[in-house]
Parts: sequence; C-alpha cells; structure tokens
Amino acid sequence: MRWPFSRKPAGPRPPKTLRRSFVTPEGVDLQLELGGAGARAGAFMLDALAMIVILVVVTIVILLLLTKSSADVLAILWMIGFFALRNGWFALFEMGGRGATPGKRLMGLRVVARDGARLTGGAVIARNAMREIEIFLPLSFLGAQTADGTADGFLTIFALCWSGIFLFFPLFNRDKLRIGDLIAGTWVVRSVSGTLGSDLVAHADRPRRVFSEAALGLYGVFELQTLEDVLRNGRSDAIATVAWKIRDKAGIPDDGDDYGFLSDYYAALCARLERGLLVGKRRENKFATSQAA
Amino acid sequence: MTAGTSAFVGAQPILVNASRFRAAHEAEWQRLDALVSRIEKRSVKALSEDDLLALPLLYRSALSSLSVARETSLDRALIAYLEQLCTRAYFQIYGVPTSALRQLRRFFVRSWPAAMQALWRETLVAFLLTVAGVLVGYLLVRNDPSWFYGIIPDAMAQGRDPSASAESLRSTLYAKHQDMLATFAAFLFTHNAQIAIFSFALGFAFTVPTVLLIVYNGLMLGAFMAVFASKGLGAAFTGWIMIHGTTELFAIIVSGAAGIRIGTAIAFPGRESRGDAAMRAGHVGATAMAGAVVMLSVAGLLEGIGRQTILDDMARYAIGLAMLAGWLVYFYLPRRHDALAV
Repeated sequence: MRWPFSRKPAGPRPPKTLRRSFVTPEGVDLQLELGGAGARAGAFMLDALAMIVILVVVTIVILLLLTKSSADVLAILWMIGFFALRNGWFALFEMGGRGATPGKRLMGLRVVARDGARLTGGAVIARNAMREIEIFLPLSFLGAQTADGTADGFLTIFALCWSGIFLFFPLFNRDKLRIGDLIAGTWVVRSVSGTLGSDLVAHADRPRRVFSEAALGLYGVFELQTLEDVLRNGRSDAIATVAWKIRDKAGIPDDGDDYGFLSDYYAALCARLERGLLVGKRRENKFATSQAA
Repeated sequence: MTAGTSAFVGAQPILVNASRFRAAHEAEWQRLDALVSRIEKRSVKALSEDDLLALPLLYRSALSSLSVARETSLDRALIAYLEQLCTRAYFQIYGVPTSALRQLRRFFVRSWPAAMQALWRETLVAFLLTVAGVLVGYLLVRNDPSWFYGIIPDAMAQGRDPSASAESLRSTLYAKHQDMLATFAAFLFTHNAQIAIFSFALGFAFTVPTVLLIVYNGLMLGAFMAVFASKGLGAAFTGWIMIHGTTELFAIIVSGAAGIRIGTAIAFPGRESRGDAAMRAGHVGATAMAGAVVMLSVAGLLEGIGRQTILDDMARYAIGLAMLAGWLVYFYLPRRHDALAV
C-alpha cells in the first residue's frame, strides 16, 4: 500500500541483515555490521549505571567534606559536575580515539560517520544532545507524574506516546538509527577483532587423495564454505556426517579417515572452484549448473 | 562405481589462491595487526617513527589484499580476518579525531562563526519571534495586569507582580547580594544551558516546541517589563536585564535557531534526501548550540556576579551593549573565505 505522499525510494532499499556497505576513501567496501538494538540498549544501561554510581559517590564525598567555609565551592563543583556528567559523558568519550563510551566498549560497539569520513565534534554533540528528547523527556514526564499525580490523565498518555516515539525510534528503522544518529549522520557498528584462521590447504607433506571431475562437480561455493566451517569447528560427529554424505554422493568407499578425507576434498574442490573464478565462472551452490572443467 | 574413487598421490602440492596469498602477505598483515593492537591499547604515541610511516602503507596493502581476496579466494576465514583488520586499521587512521586542543581551537576560530553565519536566517526568525513575544507580553500586561498571572508562574515572579509597590520592585533591581554569588552564577549557567540543549533537541519535532519555547521566553520578558514600566522603572529594569541579557537572550535565540534549522531541514529537505538534509542541519545546529552553551557560561558569570556587584544603570547598559557588539563582530564580521571553510 502506497500512501499518497510517500515518494518511491530513490535507490535499492537496504537489506534486512545488519551488514552495511561502508566505502573507505580508497574505494574498498568494508561491510560493517551494525550494532543490534539489544547491545545498544545494554551499552546505554551500563553508561547510565556508571553515571549514577559516579554521581552518588561524588555526592557522598562532597557531603562528607562539607563545612561552612567550603559549601560555596563544593556546591559549584557539584552543579558544574552534574551538568558535565549529564551532557559530557557520552560526547567526550565518543570524541576520543575509540569512538565509544565505556558501555559501548564493553558491548563491542563504536560510533562511525555513515559517509566514511572522520567523526566530527559537531556530529558527536548533535547525536548526544538529542538524548534530551529521547531519554530525559520521557523520564521527566514519568517523574512529574509520580511527583504530583495531578496532571490530566489524557495529557499524560499523550505526552508518553509522544516521547515514546523518540525513545523507541531505533526499533522502527532498518539501520537501527536513534534520532541522534539520524541528525548526526552516524552509525553504531560492532567493533570486531579476530585472529587469522589456519590455512586448511597447507601442510601438503603427506599423500593426498585425488578426486574425479564428477566427484568435484557436485558442489559450489556455498557448500565449500560450509565445509570450511565444519573443518574449522572440528566437531567429530559433524565431520563424520558430512564425510559420509559426500562419499555417498560421489560413490567413494570409506577409508576410515574422515578428517583427512574432508580436508583433501576441501583442497581439491577449492582449487577447482578457484580455477573457475579466474575465468569468470563462479558457481554459487550445488544447484547452479555445473560448469565444464 | 569407480567414477568417484579416490586414489592417493604423493605430496603433490595443491595450491589454492588463499595459500599463495597468505604466504606472500601474511607477514604484512601480522605487522599491521600488531601496530593497530598497540594503538588500540594505548595511543598512537606508542608507535615508533618507522611504525608510524609504515602504518598507512600497510593499511593500503591490507585493503588491496582484501579486494583481491574477495575476488579470487574462497577461504572465508581469510576474508573475515582481512575485513576486521582493515576495519580496525581504518578507524585508527581515519576515525581518530585530532587532539582536543586543536579541536577546541578549530571550534573557536572556524566552526562556531561559520555555523552562526550559516544560521543567520533562523537566528533572525528566532529574534523576531522573541521580539513579537516581548511586544505581546508587554501589551497584554499593560492593558490588563491580570494577564501577568497567566504568563508567569508564581515561583518565578517572587513577588515581582503588578500588585507589588514601586519600592519593593526597585529593591529587587538594586539589591546587593554578597554571598553565594559564584554559586548563583553556576546555577544559572547549568540551568540555562540545559534549557538551550533542550530547545535544540526539541527542534526535531518539526520546530513547533522550539518556537513555542522562544515565544514564551519573549512573553515572560515582556510581562516583567510591563510590570516594571508601569511603576516607572522601565529603564532601570532594562539595564538590570541587559547586563547579561544581551548574551543570554542571544544564546537562547541561537539554540532556538539551531532547533529551527533541524526541524525545517526534516520537514522541507529540498533537493537533498531527508537524511542528508537532517545530517547537515544537525552538524551546523550542534556547533551553534555548543557555542550557545559557551555564551551561557559567560552570561551566568555576568548575571551571577556582574549584576549583583554593578549597580549603576549606565555601567549595566555599557556592559550589555559591549557584549552584544562583541558577539556580533565575532560571529558576523566577514572573514577571508578560506578562514571559515569547515
């Protein structure tokens, strides 16, 4: 159903997965993965908790230090500190090199500019100033309600719905954008790190099995990469099942060494499919038409 | 049945692209990995000069490895590793902002005045709305003082209402407070700055709440003016408000203008997509709003300390006008074009 005034989307709609293309100035697409709503809510909770703990501790310390002569200075410190904590916690951490608050770091998230450029101070301030209407506005409505309980019920429901739009905004768009992200042109992405898995094809210092063209023609890239996962996971029952299946399909007798068989088959299949790639033939999966060798 | 039967052959090397590729470049990737990990753990200062020079080269070579691997290799682990390595290196090379001091300098020298100049239309609108609010508030209360109670909440009036005597009103203008001046200044600053940030953020709702805030601000000012003017204290009240008001009202107008810019960009994106328009407006608006917070800290000092110690009308006028002139010159004095390019 098309609403009368909604324009047709200009380009292809973004996919439903959380992977987004992110092109560096060098023109390479890094394929970033967006942070999920749960991780982001968790990060916010952690940050809020840290802020509250700091506020409570500092307040207690100030109350302990309180004397007649120092009341002035301490009151100023508390007020400025509270202001800085409320408005500066997120912005200052995100302006730093890690692009993430402590909560985001713990949840493995970071803030990046959607266009691949440097994250500017203006963007960070914009995305965090919007928390005023996303978080503090709903909170203050709730607070006002509990404080006096005199406000008109209908008005309160209206106000809650209105502020709820802002609070739950990230759930209603594909990119999981907060209003702040929308205004600032930022994304929150997962910051991953990992080590290089071992080369499954190396160590060719033992005799290898040779497979016929018919046996290698059974599968495509998808199956190859599934096989890679099976080999890397190293679960013996999965390996046995997959080895049995391949032997069954290709009509190869069982030689008792499932892992050796699978890694040889992987190497041979990989080499064959890569030869196809070089001449521009990519066989996605086993259902794609088998190509001439 | 012999079709698929495997035979063993000797250690004939089966080479896939991934193996060749790993053999040729793995050392570079490992070095880049080590460098990036070191920066992530500490800072870019942890690198030696050689490493610093090598970093961009290693990054580019890893990127090109990634492109080649995606096209020619089917080893998923290799591609996943290169993707995360390139991403981490990218963030360390492009994502890291410059030092805080340089960012601050850039803000005051370039970004802030540039944002103010870009916002001149919205600033003018917010100013006119304030003036309209002041006029309406003034006329309403002058004609029918009972309007005052409809506009100003009791807590804020603190006895400064139409029923107050001229003497008590005068005393509020020239009362000399000596204690807690700095505390008062800090309170005013944090309170006003929070409102400024709020009115910026509210602009997102198609500017309506921001406009209401601005007009209401003007209404209150006009209502107070009417009360003081009716007792012949108009000039004195203007001086009392002016010493900090030129800065404070200007800041409120600016943050309102920033909110208006966001709301109008979302409602009427023009030729750009809604998202792009919102983003550009957000950057300009946020910069101006950060500036408004700076202005409000100055206003807090002027109001909390300056106004309580300077009791002379002429001096109050002079300070207020000088501040206004200073801000106007700082924001709008034409500069060389390249000096403002953000």
